[in-house]
Amino acid sequence: MNINFRNETFRDDYTFRNSPETIRRFPFPFHEDKYMYSVNMEPHVPAGPAGHAYNNPIDVDEHYVAEMRDRALVLKEDPLRYQALPHMMAAQWDTLELLMESQAAAYPEHFSLTKDGDRWHWVNRPLGIDQTFTFGDASTLPMEPLEFITRQAQGDFCIVDQRDGNLWMDAGMVTTQADWSLDFDVGMNFFEWHGPVPLAHEIGVFERALKFLLNLQQGKPVRRLNWTMTINPRLDTSPENYHKWGPDRATVTPENVGDKVHLRCELQSLWRLPRSNAILFVIRCYLIKMEELVTIPKWGRRFHRVLRDLPPELIDYKGLTRYRPATVEWLSKFDDGKPTTPGIYPD
Amino acid sequence: MLVAGIKSRPVYGGLSVDPNARRHLFALEGEGALALTEEAARSGADFLKNADILYVASGSRAADHDKALTALGADTFWLSPTVPVLLNRLNVMLGQAKMGTRLYVAVTEGFIGQAMQVALNHGIDHASIRCEHRGSAARRVQCVHCKGVTDNVTTSPYVCTHCGLSLLVRDHYSRRIGAFQGVNIDAEEPGTAPQPEELFP
Repeated sequence: MNINFRNETFRDDYTFRNSPETIRRFPFPFHEDKYMYSVNMEPHVPAGPAGHAYNNPIDVDEHYVAEMRDRALVLKEDPLRYQALPHMMAAQWDTLELLMESQAAAYPEHFSLTKDGDRWHWVNRPLGIDQTFTFGDASTLPMEPLEFITRQAQGDFCIVDQRDGNLWMDAGMVTTQADWSLDFDVGMNFFEWHGPVPLAHEIGVFERALKFLLNLQQGKPVRRLNWTMTINPRLDTSPENYHKWGPDRATVTPENVGDKVHLRCELQSLWRLPRSNAILFVIRCYLIKMEELVTIPKWGRRFHRVLRDLPPELIDYKGLTRYRPATVEWLSKFDDGKPTTPGIYPD
Repeated sequence: MLVAGIKSRPVYGGLSVDPNARRHLFALEGEGALALTEEAARSGADFLKNADILYVASGSRAADHDKALTALGADTFWLSPTVPVLLNRLNVMLGQAKMGTRLYVAVTEGFIGQAMQVALNHGIDHASIRCEHRGSAARRVQCVHCKGVTDNVTTSPYVCTHCGLSLLVRDHYSRRIGAFQGVNIDAEEPGTAPQPEELFP
């Protein structure tokens, strides 16, 4: 499958768009007409109609090259977005192996990996990278293995160490986040880094999720979808830069909702790593404009209902307060009140 | 406005002496002296012959707590002129500490956070450090934007002493940084920051 990589931006002039095919493969995060937190995890196995974001374990799409360019820009401004505590080196190699093998297996036209014992040869054609290195010897790569490979893979990546019956955020590459700081959260345990999330602690979501994840098995990754909303297709909605993107939230008008307001979906996948016994937590961000979303009638109806009926705590936590009314009003034109089919896929 | 009830907010269990420790290392600031003198009165003074006390008076110089600490007759007592000097000494002592050493820290949150940072760098499990918080609720806060840390923040919002943004103080706490998180409060409509409220007197 040859992907036609778009030349686009996620800042300044915001030329990001989804092609009609990419709209149809969007991992729409609502399986019913309402939303509340849950431990909505399922096996991360290939699923969905042909071309869907669930087809491959590590998804590469038409935004790949532009997203990697945006990541490089973020890192230039703020190197603290990449961090790895010293005891995480084995897990870094685990991650490099997983991402190289997954991308090469699913997209052989674009990536290839050949191994001669510990001597590995990696070719990334879209980004023009050709690297021979010794697996396990960090001095044979131009940077740490986790940084090297996550500059070539879409999504944010956190590696969590498992000890004392808890999970610890001990390494990561985070440049496309929904308003949380890796620099601040590095070294925290599962409950601590989720500390700011409202309601979910009280209904026991995190206890159950942690119990589940501590037993995650190698070769059996799991996934869940999470979501928020972003004004303009900006990948870097970090707290570090909140004072730069925050004002965008006040720019939504009834006329520009369709173009400016984006549903931001996170396809989160979790993988037990073989050498380190750590867990790789992939947080892959997908953006879709309201005017793109409503081209799928089921999604237009459903998202209108979800957003209209959202609990107040979630409206506040997700930062939707200013522009939710205008967005609900705009979406209402696409909701004829008809019932929707179960599940996340287009009809 | 305070975002409260966050699970990363530390809870301090109090400065109770561990009877099983072979060595007791106390890093105390200001009113933290009272946490130790009261504990000695409660649990008996036996442990003091195996105790090292590092003390900095900070804001409570006038109370002469150092005299009360000296009178305890611990194996060593050392009075530090400032917090950084104390932390430096703590760092060296932890580097030389033996198995069975228990660390105790009191009293302001900012001091506890900084002492704990030193300890974490020596691989000490944070949960094994016995801490007591008394007196001022002033916070050490890191600006999430410029990463500058400001000590003794008593209001929210406060103005970052490094970059000048007006910051909401959250309950979200990082042990690694030893600070709470400050986030720009009027990012969405610059110039609309509310008046600072004295939340951490």
